[in-house]
Amino acid sequence: MAAALLKAVPLRQQVHWSERIAHVALILVALTLLAFLAGPLGAILQQSLQDAQGRFAGLANFIAYAKTPALLDSLWNSVWVSALVTLITIPTAFGFAYALTRSRMRFKALARTITLVPLLAPSLLAAISLIYWFGNQGLLKAWLARVGIDQIYGAPGIVLAETFSTFPHALMILITALTAADARLYEAADSMGTSAARKFFTITLPGAKYGLISAALVTFTLVVTDFGIPKVIGGSFNVLATDVFKLVIGQQDFQKGAVVALLLLAPAVLTFAVDHWVSKKQTAMLSARAVPYQPKKVPWYDAIMEGYCVLVCALILAMLGMAVFASFASFWPYNLSPSLRHYTMGLFDAEVGEAFVNSLGMAAGTAVFGGALVFIGAYMLEKTQGLKPVRGLVRLLAMLPMAVPGLVLGLGYIFFFNAPGNPLSGLYHTLTLLTICTIVHFYTTGHLTAVTALKALDAEFESVSASLKVPWYTTLWRVTLPICTPALVDIARYFFINAMTTISAVVFLYSPETKVASIAILNLDEAGEIGAAAAMAILIAAANTVATFAFMALSWWIDRRTQAWKQR
Amino acid sequence: MSEATYLRLAGIRKEFGAFTALSHIDLDIAKGEFVCFLGPSGCGKTTLLRIVAGLELQSAGRIELAGRDISRLPPAKRDYGIVFQSYALFPNLTVADNVAYGLTNRKVPRRQALARVAELLALVGLPGSEAKYPAQLSGGQQQRIALARALATAPGLLLLDEPLSALDAIVRVKLRQEIRSLQRQLGVTTIMVTHDQEEAFAVADRIVVMNQGAIEQVGDAMQVYRDPASLFVADFVGRINVLGATALDAGRLRIGAHEFHCEHAFRSGSELRVYLRPEDVLARPIVAGDPNVFDAQIEKIEFMGPYCLVRVGSHALADHKLTVYLSLNYLAEAQLEVGSRMPLRMVPERMRIFE
Repeated sequence: MAAALLKAVPLRQQVHWSERIAHVALILVALTLLAFLAGPLGAILQQSLQDAQGRFAGLANFIAYAKTPALLDSLWNSVWVSALVTLITIPTAFGFAYALTRSRMRFKALARTITLVPLLAPSLLAAISLIYWFGNQGLLKAWLARVGIDQIYGAPGIVLAETFSTFPHALMILITALTAADARLYEAADSMGTSAARKFFTITLPGAKYGLISAALVTFTLVVTDFGIPKVIGGSFNVLATDVFKLVIGQQDFQKGAVVALLLLAPAVLTFAVDHWVSKKQTAMLSARAVPYQPKKVPWYDAIMEGYCVLVCALILAMLGMAVFASFASFWPYNLSPSLRHYTMGLFDAEVGEAFVNSLGMAAGTAVFGGALVFIGAYMLEKTQGLKPVRGLVRLLAMLPMAVPGLVLGLGYIFFFNAPGNPLSGLYHTLTLLTICTIVHFYTTGHLTAVTALKALDAEFESVSASLKVPWYTTLWRVTLPICTPALVDIARYFFINAMTTISAVVFLYSPETKVASIAILNLDEAGEIGAAAAMAILIAAANTVATFAFMALSWWIDRRTQAWKQR
Repeated sequence: MSEATYLRLAGIRKEFGAFTALSHIDLDIAKGEFVCFLGPSGCGKTTLLRIVAGLELQSAGRIELAGRDISRLPPAKRDYGIVFQSYALFPNLTVADNVAYGLTNRKVPRRQALARVAELLALVGLPGSEAKYPAQLSGGQQQRIALARALATAPGLLLLDEPLSALDAIVRVKLRQEIRSLQRQLGVTTIMVTHDQEEAFAVADRIVVMNQGAIEQVGDAMQVYRDPASLFVADFVGRINVLGATALDAGRLRIGAHEFHCEHAFRSGSELRVYLRPEDVLARPIVAGDPNVFDAQIEKIEFMGPYCLVRVGSHALADHKLTVYLSLNYLAEAQLEVGSRMPLRMVPERMRIFE
């Protein structure tokens, strides 16, 4: 009887008051993610199942969508264009990654840096450049006709521009995949007299298999969900992302917009699931005893690899260079003498200056508050105990943004925060909401960086602190935070750069007072001021370059102050 | 509860889902005692230590420390210092800041804290290393600093979780002696978790041998070695020969075709298992007519330094093989080699017999 009673009441450890603070922090992170991620996504789902009057409509919206031929065309367009871009980008990027990791070519660091430059500018910069190269008044318009393409506007332009803008993303994944090679496998193959081709197909390719799958999915998803490029160079060629915009902003058809948004969510969710599966496989593949692969010097082969990289880098620089050149040209294509006309026009006449200030403010806010939120969330998950259900929820919500395209998130924000009766509706159209939306949009990458940094620390630091009666926040301040500062600076930089260039999430959320620079560029282009649009895109890239150097300097300075212990 | 009991564990149980990690642990530890939890990996010894520390919560049971019920207290409200296998030194803090970590929080004045740090560093044999960072020290030195940090606040209980496992053999032997003498000097009640019996023998006042979540035996090194309470303890601690036997009348048993004398009486005809350490099979002195002497043939000699592990077979013992220790000198003197025959004697009072 007594024994049965004892069993029925499980023991509970008393909670120290300092632990309660941690629990409150964890709950606050959970509530933030619920309000600014789960809520908006739920609103989209709700909207897709309602009619215009807000009554439950079942699958009526989906059926109506399937009966609209024009919309189905867009779905097909999105799919084949994304597939084609993936087919071009992956081999191109694989070749580049292979050259960087498996040859002794020169200028590796330079080549790597050049490929990162497109990340500093809004993706639509590529579309603007293409218009200058191949557009109606393009420099090389005649070349298009020779390969049988009558105009760059439409699918050809989208494919080329997307290839350019997805290349760095695919490259990063493939470099990681090819770096994780075990030299012993190649030595074993050599000792058996295996040919180079056979080694490539039996060791290299299988080893990079998961990286290839992951890179292909990421590329596909990026293209399907990108809004800026099809908007600028798509012409009358419709895709899902432009449809959402037209349905919601143009026709105010929120229900069909929600249906298309859910369609956009599908490939991203698939990517997310496969990526999760892949990352599990990949860690198991490389044992701790693997010997890193060191390429040997083979002059003719290294020269070929170098030649290939030079060619790709030249194409990237041609894209960037044209945008820079055109932004300074007085009057394309008739008067190419340099002037600041587009810059003054954009900044002052079109009032992009204000938008630019808004952008900088939003990026700084995203970096500071996003960095703090991500780090606190990750710390509470990794280094504190208790509140199991909330912990599981936060873990899930932290990973979810990776599967949510910006356009979908932004649409969810309209539905959720514009709804009458939402106590947070006062945030609608404010720069604060734009900042929060951007933080949530890019949350997962920051979260994973923070978790990786925290996992690298000895798991017993917190136990030792507790035994010494030192509360967790003292150890966080004195030990964990100083050790993790380099990762934290990385997270802040990632947030900053993405906040400067993002279009998709914020395109639904701005008001005339809170317009940001990337949106202003879109509006300039729409108004036919493509030169000014180019100029403003270049300014964003320049600002991001300056910011990158500033973050590097900050990192260096912090390193000198706090990482003295690394010296042996 | 006797007066000297400092830590008392009563009915401790721990389940992880359907898996029972600890089942009904009762243990009293006296003030100033050095106790080792010894057992194979997965026996629950580390879980038990973490329960004492409050880093895991027992599913049931009571823990008293210095007469105070601490069963449900969070770690910060218990009174102990802990040292982990990984050292867990804060890499970005100097040695002095690491050692003073618990003092700073207690608002100990800086001058006093520094004096305490210097005192502790002298105690662990690393005086003057205040300004160094952990990465500048060897593994053994880092573990000394971790020890100093754990002792800085003068806790009543010191918990050591496999503190020597990450170190190489020579450092390990040296440091375990230092830990032992330090513990004697300070008189701090200490629990050390280890899977290394030699280590437990060298430092512990009492050894708690654990297996599959239960305590098999509690005793000092000699008791555990000479008088194992169970087959598991006999097997796990030291090398041992296991021989199947049949009980005859009082004080006699049969192994193979040979009848031996033993000190205990068993029911005639019952099946027995005889446990005998290699050093309890003697090559000399041999007295003619001793019923426990049997004829053996050397099958294999394994050189171990001053003595050899010698594997012998015997017609008398049928299929049973025995491992015995013979000194190198004796082997040379008696000109013994593989294939040689010799008489051996089983010491009756050293036979551990299980029914």
